[in-house]
Amino acid sequence: MTLPKLALDTEILQNTKVGDDIYALTVHGGALVNQAQPGQFIHLQIPAENVFLRRPFGIADTDEGTLTMYYRVTGKGTRALTGLQQGDTVNCLGPLGNGFSLSSKRPLLVGGGMGLAPLLLLAKSFQGEVDVLMGGRNHSELFWKDIFEPHVHEIFIATDDGSMGTKGFTTELLPELLGKRKYDCIYTCGPEIMMRGIAKIAAQHDILCQVSLEKRMACGLGACLSCVCDTANGERRKICKDGPVFWAQDVFFAK
Amino acid sequence: MKSDSRLAVDLLGIQMNTPVMTASGTFGFGEEFADFTDLEELGAVVVKGTTLQPRRGNDGVRIAETPDGMLNCIGLENPGVDYFLQTILPRISKYHMNVIVNISGGSAEEYGQLAERLDVPGVAAIELNVSCPNVKDGGIIFGTDPKAAAEVVTQAKKHTKKPVILKLSPNVTDIAEMARAGEAAGADALSLINTLMGMAIDIRTWRPVLGNLTGGLSGPCVKPVALRMVWQASQAVKIPIIGMGGIMTAEDAVEFFLAGSSAIAVGTANFCDPSVTKKIICGLEDYLEQRKLSHISDIVGQLIVDKE
Repeated sequence: MTLPKLALDTEILQNTKVGDDIYALTVHGGALVNQAQPGQFIHLQIPAENVFLRRPFGIADTDEGTLTMYYRVTGKGTRALTGLQQGDTVNCLGPLGNGFSLSSKRPLLVGGGMGLAPLLLLAKSFQGEVDVLMGGRNHSELFWKDIFEPHVHEIFIATDDGSMGTKGFTTELLPELLGKRKYDCIYTCGPEIMMRGIAKIAAQHDILCQVSLEKRMACGLGACLSCVCDTANGERRKICKDGPVFWAQDVFFAK
Repeated sequence: MKSDSRLAVDLLGIQMNTPVMTASGTFGFGEEFADFTDLEELGAVVVKGTTLQPRRGNDGVRIAETPDGMLNCIGLENPGVDYFLQTILPRISKYHMNVIVNISGGSAEEYGQLAERLDVPGVAAIELNVSCPNVKDGGIIFGTDPKAAAEVVTQAKKHTKKPVILKLSPNVTDIAEMARAGEAAGADALSLINTLMGMAIDIRTWRPVLGNLTGGLSGPCVKPVALRMVWQASQAVKIPIIGMGGIMTAEDAVEFFLAGSSAIAVGTANFCDPSVTKKIICGLEDYLEQRKLSHISDIVGQLIVDKE
């Protein structure tokens, strides 16, 4: 049975800068908190002039009635969001979409940049029995290491400039990692080009892979059809409602 | 929630608990909003534009935010009339809402075929989409040429006993002429406006933002245009008008009633607030209460224009 979705006015507890142009937003989540599954998202109404549509953010953490999302300032919506302060109210619509499958016994999470946000709640759900491979442009983008550390077994890092971990991309590090360790499922979120690369390697190693997609959306409820993606069987799927998490082979395939 | 009987209306023989409907393409098949609003209290849910064959819609970016609104170029993605009749219509019957099916064809005959297929129990009326700006094969041509629009109405009326609503495009010079053409051809009601053709350009890439290059503009930014057109159309015809275009609040809705709408439809606002229809219904009840009015019909077309 599907739990009802909610649109709640929530109070902001914290909206702080955690990296270059990256912020963590924590709200009193009310009834949203207990329903939230790793991989689901919140559609946020940013109370600002000239921000008309909601903006989707992956749920990164839930804790004692609170809900945390991370965002990078990329446009006028997220810029306006940085101006909100503790005590301000934002309307949260959610939890939306289908999250990650939690059946893996030996999971590996692969996240690039902001794609690490929804993987945090997933990592916590595996209660320590999980490794994470994280990629970013540089050292300052990988503030995630400290956030993930208490919740995972081992962390592997790749940066574009080599300022932290191995120099290169997660896709370059992954084959080596798969040679050394056994995983039964790879969960990935990040730039699409990275996820496609990860999914391809997973398929070559015969490992299941889930990807979390992102696209401009309006309603978030499966009504407006703004955020559709192509699938292997030729049908189109709604990222907001059928996703945002999909099995890689269903959405990444040779066209 | 049980709405005030002062909002109950009979439109085209359809008993509506309120004159607040939803606009096609903004409310899915109604079920997507079941957690947020009382579907039974809505006058009708006008479901996503339906075609004879399934359509995949457009590729690439499909929406762009604009000041006080948005552009879309979905391109009529829908599962086709057969799937709608076999799977969706039975599935949504549990919500006991009035279902109006918006149809779109590539020729007047196709509108006739669609109307015939949809002349079934569970469908309250047909809305003719002659004004989708986002598909190449048809659509807009029927919405900008009075003769073509009239032919579509004639074909639809010939093939169904259901009320037929003609949805007008704002992308015309003379909306009154289109309204009169629809009425003369036998349309039972008019709905307006559909989206206004627009465009957005990315100045970093020098490319159009939308995959389809152009799209339909909607949201509060189009309300003044919509209101003007509803008013002009209402002066031109006697058949009922369903007014829409940027309605976000009960106050917006009151403006459309005063301009001559017998019912109104809420569209893009559903994306911002999935409970907005419920709030508009409550707001209309409050308005009638404050103004000591006995029924919503007391304000329909009651715009006061002082003569010189």
